[in-house]
This record gives sequence, C-alpha cells and structure tokens, in this order.
Amino acid sequence: MHSRTPGPAASARGPDRRTVLKIAGGSVLALPIAACAGNSADPNTVRISYQQFGSGTIMRDYLTGVIQTYTSDHPEVTVELVPLVAAEEDYFTKSELMMSSARTTPDLVYEDTFILQSDVAAGYLRPVGDYIEGWDLWQHFYQPAKDAVTAENGDLYAVPTHTDTRALWYNRRLLEEAGFPHPWEPGSWQELLEALRAVQSTHPDVVPINVYSGKPQGEKASMQGFEMLLYGTPDRLYDQEEKAWIVGSQGFIDSLEMIRTLFTEELAPALNRALDPNLSELVANTWMPEEQIAVVLDGSWISAPWASGGASPWPEWEEVLDVAPMPTQEGQDPGVVTLAGGWSWAIPDLSPRPDLAWSFLTEMLTTENMAALAATDNQVTIREDVAQHPDYQGYSPTIDFFTDLVEDAEYRPAYAAYPQISAQIQAAMETVMTGQGTPEQAAQSYDAAVREIVGAENTIEAQR
Amino acid sequence: MTATTAAQAPAKPDLRRTATRGLPLAPAVVLLVLFLAGPIVYAVYLAFTNRALRGEGADTTDFVGLANFTDALSNPEFWNSVVLTLVFTIVSAIIGQNILGMVLALLMRRAAKIVAGITGAIVVCAWILPEVVAAYLWTTFLGDEGSLNRILGTLGLPDQNWLFALPILAVSFANIWRGAAFTMLMYTAALSEVSTDVVEAAQIDGAGAVRRFVSITVPIIRRTIMTNLMLITLQTLSVFGLIFIMTGGGPGTSSQTLPLYMYEQAFSFGQLGYGTAVALLLLLIGALASIAYLRMLPREEKM
Repeated sequence: MHSRTPGPAASARGPDRRTVLKIAGGSVLALPIAACAGNSADPNTVRISYQQFGSGTIMRDYLTGVIQTYTSDHPEVTVELVPLVAAEEDYFTKSELMMSSARTTPDLVYEDTFILQSDVAAGYLRPVGDYIEGWDLWQHFYQPAKDAVTAENGDLYAVPTHTDTRALWYNRRLLEEAGFPHPWEPGSWQELLEALRAVQSTHPDVVPINVYSGKPQGEKASMQGFEMLLYGTPDRLYDQEEKAWIVGSQGFIDSLEMIRTLFTEELAPALNRALDPNLSELVANTWMPEEQIAVVLDGSWISAPWASGGASPWPEWEEVLDVAPMPTQEGQDPGVVTLAGGWSWAIPDLSPRPDLAWSFLTEMLTTENMAALAATDNQVTIREDVAQHPDYQGYSPTIDFFTDLVEDAEYRPAYAAYPQISAQIQAAMETVMTGQGTPEQAAQSYDAAVREIVGAENTIEAQR
Repeated sequence: MTATTAAQAPAKPDLRRTATRGLPLAPAVVLLVLFLAGPIVYAVYLAFTNRALRGEGADTTDFVGLANFTDALSNPEFWNSVVLTLVFTIVSAIIGQNILGMVLALLMRRAAKIVAGITGAIVVCAWILPEVVAAYLWTTFLGDEGSLNRILGTLGLPDQNWLFALPILAVSFANIWRGAAFTMLMYTAALSEVSTDVVEAAQIDGAGAVRRFVSITVPIIRRTIMTNLMLITLQTLSVFGLIFIMTGGGPGTSSQTLPLYMYEQAFSFGQLGYGTAVALLLLLIGALASIAYLRMLPREEKM
C-alpha cells in the first residue's frame, strides 16, 4: 500500500502557483498607478475652460472660429475646449478645483472679474504683465477695465474682454397709456413708484415691474435687484478706504423698504413667480414679448435671444421696448445708477504652457474677433478699438445707451467673502418680500451674519 | 517580500505563510486604502482645518482645531438644517415609507396574484427610476402650472402651492413615493415567514385583525422592522439630489437639509473645511440613530 503524499517535487514544476499569484497581484496593483498619468503633457495642446450657459453655443462658435484661424497658421497646435455648464457659483468652484492641480488645470480660464481678486489671492493665477507689455492692443483698453484685472500689488492678472450694465427696460405702449409718454425717464425712486402705480390702475392684469429678489434668483437678485437700489443711496456694501464691510446703514434699510413696497403693493410679480428659479426665462421669453409686464430692471444682454437667429426671435422688440437709466434714490448726483460686471481671460499658475496660451489668447482678442463676438453676445465693450469697429457700432438699438452707462458704473466688492454676503442679501430680500420680517429686522440679521462671516473686526458701522 | 520557492516545512505554520497566502488580497486592500480609507482620513483632517477654495485658507491651509464645529453649532442656519433634516427623515422615512410599505405589503398578501403583481411592479418602478427623473416628475406635478393644479382646476378646487409654501413636505412626499418600494419588499419577504398556523390559532382564540397584527405579526418580524428602519433612516439622512432638483433647498432655506447646507458651504462658498465638519456632524446623527435602533433590539437578537 502506497500512501501518495505530495513530495517536495512539486516545486520543480516551473514557477509555482504562488509566484504566479504574486505577479498577477503585482500587475493588478500597477495598473491603476500607470493609469494615473492622466493629462497629456503634450506641449502643443491648449485647454480652454469657459462657462457655457445652458445650451447656448455663442462662446463655442466663437472659439471654434478662432481655433480654425489659429491652427491654419500653427498646424502643430491642438486646442481643447472644456465647456463648464454650471450656475455662477458652481462655475467658480469647478474652475478653482480644476486649477488646484497641475493634472487638471486648463491653460486659459474665463474668469468673472468679480471672482478674479479672490482667485489671485488664493494663488490660482499667474501674472500676465510681462506678456501684456509686448502687446500693442493693450493701449485701447479703458482704465476701469484695466483696474479690474490689477491685483493689490499692482500686477496684471488677466485680460478683460467686456462688461455689462443694468437699467430699466420698459414697454412704451403700457407707460404711454398710463400717462407717461415716451421717452420716459424716472428721476427718483418716488417717480418710478408713481409710474408703476399708474400702470397698475390702468392695466390691472399687467405686472408693473420685475426686480429680481430672493434666494432662488441667486446673484441676479443681489446685483440686478438689491445693489441697483443700494448704490443709488449714499451707502455701499464695502468701505474701500477702511477695507471693511459696512453694517447698520440706512441705505440698506431703505433698499429693503423699496423691495417691500414693490411686493406689498403688488407692483412686482406674485410671490410664487418671484421665487421661481426660472423667472428670468419667463420674463424675457413670455412676459415681455406678450406685453404682460411694463418695466423690467435687468441687464444689457437680455435682448440677445430676441435677435433673428436667437433662442426666441422677437424682431418687433425695438418698437415695443425702450430703456431708461435706473434713478438714484432722491435723484441725487450722478442721477443714475448702474452696476457693472465683466469677464476676462486668465492663465492658471499651474499651466505648463503659458507662452502657447498667451499666443492663442492674442488671436482670440483681435479687434475683429472681439467686435464680432460683442455683436453676437450683446456685450458692452471696454475697448476703444472695438467701440470704433463697424461691426460693433449700433449692432443693437440699445448698445450705445448701455455703453454710455459704463462711465458711472459701480462694481461689486470682489472679495472672497462676497458670495456668502450676497447670499445673506438675498435672504434679507426674501424676509421682507414674504413679509416674514420688517426691513429693520432683516437688516439686523444681515449685519449679524456679516459679522459672523468676515469677523466683527472687518466690519464698520455706517455713518448716520 | 522575498519569494521562496521551497515548500515550507509543515512543522512551522508561521506568519510568513499566512502572509503569503493573504497576498492575493493585497491588491484589493491597497485599492481600498487608496480610494476609500484615504479620502475618509483626509476628510476628517480637512474638518479641522480652514481649507477653502477662495479667501482665507485658500493659499495656505492652517489647522484650526475645533473652530469649524463650534462655528456650526453656534450658527442658526446649521440648526435650521438639523431640524429640517429630522423633519424630512421622520416624515418621509420613519412614518411615510415605513407605514406605506407595510400597508402595501399587507394588502398584497391578501390581493389576487395579478393585482399584487401589477401593484408591485408599479411601486418598484417608482423606486428604480433615477433620482433625477423622479425629482423632475414631482416638480412638474406640484409646480405652479403642473398637473396637480390642472386636476384640481378641473374639479373646481383651489390651486395648491406646496413647492413654495410647504417645500419640506413636498420633498418628503416625493421621497415617500420613491422609497416605499424598498420597505414594501423587505416587509413582503418578512411577512411570508409568519406561519399561518399561529395566525389561525389566534383567530380561533377570537383575536381581531388589529390584535393579530400587533400581537403576532409585529413581534415575529420585529427584527426586519428594525433593520429596515435603520437602513431607510441612513438613506434618507443623506438624500441630496431629490431636494436639490425640486427646491434647491429653498425658498430661502426652508427645505435646506444638512446635505444641501453642506453642499452650499463647501461648493457654493468654497468653505471646504467647514463643509466637511458639517458632513462629520451629519455622520454623527446617523451613528446616533443606528445606535438607538440597535439598543431597541433585545440582546440575543443583535446581529
């Protein structure tokens, strides 16, 4: 009887099972590590990230055109577009996350000038002053636009592209029938309210005015709504000299009082409409074309979709609507108020190809290209050469009006805490529009929240 | 690691052999450490720093100790979110999904096969729909010009306005509609184990339907009830997409549960450290709920 026990001979059969397993295990391990060598370090690929508004293709079409021109001169270069479809704050966040790592960073990033300073402070961007020095178009840029892209240390961090301003769009017929013949230009908040009340009594089924308000409207409520009121008072959000956020200002309470008046007198849309995140589409694509609203406090760009190739064509708008500047509270100097935003192109600090990025950027920023883009995207230019260009002049009946407003424009305090403070402004607006509290109470909670966000040492009591 | 090709002497069942035998597990363990434990440890670390995407803490990150937690606990918005999270969880999971699931399971036991089959299929469909689709369906159903108002209008009833007036209830209902299927399946399985002999015996003793349910069915399936409650509580605490699409946490902050508050702080305001601290507090709430459920089970039944 042999009991067959496996002897040590087993090990003589080539590589044993364990070794095979070790090799297999090792290779499984090596796979993901090898796959981590992501972003091509190809020196000839430029990645461009920009904000895409929903299904809008204006930016994509413009960049595609530039790419065609550029790559016919530089066939070795590939340009990769990274459109980020996101709401405003989410767009900033996505950009910042991308710029935090060398493997994901774009080479050119489209920056709202209002977040630019925060991004500079956070170290995401590289200065572009040395590139701009050798670029002869720079002389055509207006000074405020140059200031907007200058950091506190005096370095330039981006090239501004355009701005936008805000005013009252009004329906000529409705105002006329309410007793305010064309051209209408209210001289104070009081005169504006009188006109709205007149519209309300002559046209009870028409919404007298839309002023964006409340959290669902996001930054639209803060900038197109509240700040258009606040900057028409003697008060501001931020004291540039003291470098502190202003609390306890009368202007803040007055602006909230104005919002409350609009909603309690039913001069504004019904609450459930006013708090619908899709209100802006409703106003621009339905209410204005169907003449269901008399006045709209909104931006220079809103006529873009009404163009013949736009999202909701409405060629008659030029006869139906006109624009008037937003008055200051009592009509005090300068008499009108507008907030201005603006966009710019910057080069992330971690981009390994700044030279190539700059080279492509100069192609994007030629006078021709910028004038064509301004006309398709309803932009207000900040460049003299573009303003002189035949494509730009009179591309829309309102463009000269909105361009003239830039001179007296006010800008948001573009500091890191602003998005949070802006959310508090929207909450305060919502408190008064829904009647949950008085303007004084809402202003008090705002003040408390601001102290919480920036620290009491960075706030300053307004002079009463 | 040294590769030994010589067979080990059986007299030494030593550590090395165990280690070598465990070797095939190594890739999985390394992957888990890299992609699961790593981020968890990093998240805990972040919660104690002032890491931010912009402003203070963006350029250099400092250790700030418990500041994020004390900020959260002293912030009325945080407590508003805690209350809303509890309301949402209690209304939609513990009450809504639990009771609706139980009722469906009980009815389906009695129903004809075909009715039970069709009902089950419909309920499960609501569950397997992607969250985004379900949320959008409910938005269009409850919306201002949505189908519910159309139906009410044709019946001559006044319009409802829940998305605006009672947003936390609106999202709770949507979540009940979505989640009842899971509970129903759990309870259907559990009920099939309640033997008919016991029920019939009780019936002969004169117990009514309610008494039979309370004194016989519930004690027999109570482990399933506890397990199910724990699972749906943890699921509901972290619901994000449904609320984000339906109300975005609004109007104002009246439906901003903790996951939405966390998202706003971390991704809208760029306060990653603070957002992570809030996430850990949410985890704590989930842990407390789990402990509470486990304590309710008698000792011998603990899993």
